[in-house]
Amino acid sequence: MTNTHKDFSQVGLKDEEEDFIDILEDRRHSSDLSFAFRTFSPQPYKVAPPCSTAELNRVVLESQFLRYVTKEVAVEMDLSVEEVQEEARGILGEMSQNLQLGFIRLMAYTFNKVFKRLYSSIFVNMEGLNRLHQATQENPVILMPNHRSYIDFLVISYIMFLYDIPIPVIAAGIPLAGMKIVGEILRRSGAFFIRRAIGSDKLYWAVLSEYVRTIVRKGFAPLEFFVEGFRSRTLKSVSPKLGMMHMVLEPFFKGEVFDITLLPISISYDRVLEESLLAHELLGVPKPKESTMGLLKASRVLSENYGCMHVNFGRPLSVRQLCEGRINRCQYNLIPRDLPEKPTAEAQACVSWLAHLVVRNQEQGSQISPWSLMCGLLLQVPTRVLTEEGFPWHQLTEKTLWLRKLALDFGGRLNWPDGVPDSDVMSSTATLHRGIVQCKAGRVFLVQQDEPARTHPVRPEEGVMKTAAAALMLVSYRNQCLHVFVRPALLATAMHITKSTQRDELLAFFSFLQDVFSYEFIFIPGESLQDFEEACRLLKKCGAIHANQQEVAAAQGGMEVLSFLQELLKPFIHSYQLVFRYLCEAESDILTEKEFGLAVRGLATKLLLTAELHTYEALSSDLQKNVLSALRRLEALTKLSSSVSNKFKVNKAAVKRIADMLSGKIPPLNLQASPDARL
Amino acid sequence: MASSSCGGGSDRQMAAQHRLSIIAGHLQRPSGSNTAILAAECKAQASKPFVSSERRTVPRRRQEIMKWNGWGYSDSKFVYNKKGQAEFTGRRYKLSGMIIPGLKDWMENTFGATLQHKTTATPALNSSAVPPPTLNEAFMEELKSTGIPFSADAEDRVFRAHGHCLHEIFALREGKIGRVPDMVVWPNCHNDVVKIVELACKHNVCLIPYGGGTSVSSALECPPEESRSIVSLDTSQMNRILWIDEKNLTAHVEAGIIGQDLENLLNESGYCTGHEPDSMEFSSLGGWVATRASGMKKNIYGNIEDLVIHIKMVTPQGVIEKSCQGPRMSTGPDIHHFIMGSEGTLGVITEVTMKIRPVPEYQKYGSVVFPNFEQGVACLREVARQRCAPASIRLMDNEQFKFGHALKPQVSSIFTSFLDGLKKFYITKFKGFDPNRLCVATLLFEGDREKVLQHEKQVYDIAAKFGGLAAGEDNGQRGYMLTFVIAYLRDLGMDYYVIGESFETSVPWDRVLDICRNVKARIVYECKDKGVQFPPLSTCRVTQTYDAGACVYFYFAFNYRGLGDPVHVYEQVEHAAREEILANGGSLSHHHGALRLSALLSGTDAVANVWPGSWRLSGHRTALRTSKHTRGSNGGLHSCAQGDGAKSSAAPEEKNQRVAAYPKSEDGPLQPAPPLGTHRA
Repeated sequence: MTNTHKDFSQVGLKDEEEDFIDILEDRRHSSDLSFAFRTFSPQPYKVAPPCSTAELNRVVLESQFLRYVTKEVAVEMDLSVEEVQEEARGILGEMSQNLQLGFIRLMAYTFNKVFKRLYSSIFVNMEGLNRLHQATQENPVILMPNHRSYIDFLVISYIMFLYDIPIPVIAAGIPLAGMKIVGEILRRSGAFFIRRAIGSDKLYWAVLSEYVRTIVRKGFAPLEFFVEGFRSRTLKSVSPKLGMMHMVLEPFFKGEVFDITLLPISISYDRVLEESLLAHELLGVPKPKESTMGLLKASRVLSENYGCMHVNFGRPLSVRQLCEGRINRCQYNLIPRDLPEKPTAEAQACVSWLAHLVVRNQEQGSQISPWSLMCGLLLQVPTRVLTEEGFPWHQLTEKTLWLRKLALDFGGRLNWPDGVPDSDVMSSTATLHRGIVQCKAGRVFLVQQDEPARTHPVRPEEGVMKTAAAALMLVSYRNQCLHVFVRPALLATAMHITKSTQRDELLAFFSFLQDVFSYEFIFIPGESLQDFEEACRLLKKCGAIHANQQEVAAAQGGMEVLSFLQELLKPFIHSYQLVFRYLCEAESDILTEKEFGLAVRGLATKLLLTAELHTYEALSSDLQKNVLSALRRLEALTKLSSSVSNKFKVNKAAVKRIADMLSGKIPPLNLQASPDARL
Repeated sequence: MASSSCGGGSDRQMAAQHRLSIIAGHLQRPSGSNTAILAAECKAQASKPFVSSERRTVPRRRQEIMKWNGWGYSDSKFVYNKKGQAEFTGRRYKLSGMIIPGLKDWMENTFGATLQHKTTATPALNSSAVPPPTLNEAFMEELKSTGIPFSADAEDRVFRAHGHCLHEIFALREGKIGRVPDMVVWPNCHNDVVKIVELACKHNVCLIPYGGGTSVSSALECPPEESRSIVSLDTSQMNRILWIDEKNLTAHVEAGIIGQDLENLLNESGYCTGHEPDSMEFSSLGGWVATRASGMKKNIYGNIEDLVIHIKMVTPQGVIEKSCQGPRMSTGPDIHHFIMGSEGTLGVITEVTMKIRPVPEYQKYGSVVFPNFEQGVACLREVARQRCAPASIRLMDNEQFKFGHALKPQVSSIFTSFLDGLKKFYITKFKGFDPNRLCVATLLFEGDREKVLQHEKQVYDIAAKFGGLAAGEDNGQRGYMLTFVIAYLRDLGMDYYVIGESFETSVPWDRVLDICRNVKARIVYECKDKGVQFPPLSTCRVTQTYDAGACVYFYFAFNYRGLGDPVHVYEQVEHAAREEILANGGSLSHHHGALRLSALLSGTDAVANVWPGSWRLSGHRTALRTSKHTRGSNGGLHSCAQGDGAKSSAAPEEKNQRVAAYPKSEDGPLQPAPPLGTHRA
């Protein structure tokens, strides 16, 4: 295994440099079949004996907890207990995994074929694997990868198989189960399926939560789930979902296991398989339904090269250590632990904090590609330049190298290959992404989408959409590195908008920005001050500011960094202002989400054409949803629960006030963010 | 209010003072009842005690037969002989004089201890290291006139300055001697105690009741800051059975009697109490009452609270006792329930009436092997559900099973060892039990022969449902023998850098497995965290079953080579383990008593949060704080009493209780009481 490269993680992160190893290297020299039939001998979990699928399901159905719930449901629905039990059995049948080593072998064989074709390398940090190897023997392990691509789904199992670590059971969305044959293969590869909108189906919740808890209690296999809940359409972290997280942690809170190990895993792609699909989805083209036929059709994407993939196994987090002082386990002493009960506020806060912490860890562990930095820079060039005259290549190279240094200063992990001239790195990167940018005569152009020849002339709105797909792809790839810059960027923006040097004022505005963008960038709740201090420290370190106890001021020569950072956030600010403007000017203060989406997109297109708006991000449905969520959290918007079509009511005055604060017209005071409690 | 006259101080002290005065108030007779306690002569002097008082185990000079810095008899201990084999010396026990071939390997493998690394304990007590006594001359003068024997001899004092907590024994082995009692008195009967307590109040000296000296709750520790004279009140000479009531099956016994003497003497008359705590060789009746002790065979005979019919306790306010021996009363809160568990803070327990039973016709040991601990616990739970627990049923975990195995004495016949090998083969190979998971339950049946056999079958049938295999009487019997020698083993461990201790809890059934796993894991985790260089022994057993839960015993020991302050590390780990117990829904103590824990835990504010929920605990803290305060403020209780006027404390009450107050300790010793000043009698 010669093909290794160093990971450039720097100061600011606790991890030392770790060696990544290309696991495909060996695979290329050996037969897929013998690989699939390799001896698989994981170290067993020390605390408890293994547990079969049938045993697991039996324990779940016979649990005291389900017995309580069954009785309750029977009374509420006026059914007999047996009927409810039968329903529970049905739910469990639909849900449960049926992990079989034979199917893991099949999966490994297939993946071997596919991966070798798709990727030039799959890099894995061996240190992390060793730590995981150790951890699976001692405590129940929860594997928590970020979710950027369908590929994420089984790649962990593939690596586990390769390195003799127990194969995880994986929480998956129910649509996957609906795929013919493939659904069953997934089930036998360890997937269990969860319905999407569970809503208030008490029995379903009960079966699911007991199933998850039993897996954790038994500890026979790691449990893998995506704390973000779904694939990020924007390659940016998504606000973590807490329901599953709570189920997973409850056995620790209630003393049913000694500890739980959370293992954040950061999967980073040079190029994401479904990049254009995602961009179109963001522009309102619905996601194709997961189906076996669709999968077969999609096989044409397999003919392309997707560069490298990095799987970084983070440091195991001990829930016991992290919860020290955050949760009083005695609170469960005076009532039977099996009673169905609402989690306490303390437990919810703890769960939320841990979930956010994991997301932060995932971000810190992800590998930033040169391409991501390039996208960040290209997005600061007016789009018109990119589509028409092109941006000079040498300038891009220069700026990218400058940004590389800044990213390293800020503690980002870069996967900049060793021992290759920088220019080669850059150009091979551009080649990999030739679907998005093209280099011609020393200038970089954005690739416009080739639409089938039209009979009628292209309308201007269509022109916008043509550029938008490419622009949103740039946006997504830029998002891969956003977490490194976001805190300093918020501070730079705060300095720019408030024009203040007072630390207190800046902190207030910084926190305000965090609240407004709380669904855009993920911050650990309640750690605003730490985030602010981190921003100060990083900016000070790269010489962009002077900071002391009272004052924070731009340093001479810091303008380049500060203006880059301000520019980085501008698309968000402009897009949010646009949405605010729309909400304030809308005729009715009651809107449906659909109307809202269409109207905002229409407004944005219009403004893009008149060059009043410069960013295509306002077109993104993801951003539009995030604004609504943030406004709800800031209590400027209320959801009307009665309606089916997701109606909401806007408090225009409140929105106006937030818009004014964001533009710096009024200071950000008395903004009450309600505590985030979505379970 | 009386307390207002007591030394002031912080609000907390005031609060404690207030509470104390209320308790004191309860002990007061209603006004006007100035009937003095009848100055009965010591029964020992006046009438012949019911049962002969010859041949008592514990002499006044304990040093004649007991170790000064270790457990038990001087002649009995584990040693490694010249061949490097472990051997148990003396002739008192079944194990005495036997070679234990497996012990060395077990110690080496479990702790990483080796024979090369030996510690040396201070060989003998150096009297010059003992601080000179602070004597209260006036007290001594008056005491002399009563004729009650006393001593200020250094050895006598040191012997009564400690129980058997790890830190106490460790300090002795290092020759470190802190604050010790200034004097030891040996009352001979209840009235002697009344006199001593009265004098103590009058002359402002502290009394610490001492029974069997087996306390593991630091109850005997003298407060180092105490400047007054501390007198250890040794009840060991109050060891007679005063009468046996064969019609009602009760016996009236002086509280200083130790367990084995009580049992032997009763056996002579064909009776037993059936109360057999593991420490019964040395612990005293008064101690059992004062700590709410529990006996191994409680399933048949009950715990101390079920066994006790009547208690006499001498308090600074007078003597407290009930006025009748009815089996149950509805006359307000039962005064026995603040006496039991008072751990010596309220008074000196002097006489106890206990239930007795005819000696059982038949006894049978037994044992069951389970494939794993989970199955074993499930079986015990089922036995409890069916309420068919034998006299004793205990479940050892895998580590303890191995430990028990290591303590098998050398077998003389090839046949026996062949049989052992066959058994092992059958269980591990034929039945497929994993030797690293299996565990053993030991059983003891008692009663008439037929019923025992029937009972035995019932229990084995239940065990079979949980995969249990009967594993013979020998294993069972050895299991129980271990409980008596395990304390000796700790001394051997300390010779080779291994320190350890046990602690216990009670916990609801559904949490038994969780608490066992979590506490054991926490111990391992904390040891690692605190820099212990070798993996610790962290093991547990379920020792009692109840309808709603069980008692769990944890043993914890580690090799401390390379640690600067092993006792501190030990205490940190134990503290963490206790915290874990509380977090998992266990109690602070099932039968050891919690005095020391109160001190241990109340030091940190953090722990205060752990406590609400356990009123028993809060009760102790109050008691403790009170006693501290009392000590500090020069006899608060005493002065309160005086301030309150000379209310005689021993008048009959309208209800069925005559009041008197007094303490003692559990497994053995009487507890350190606050300076008991007594008033009256």
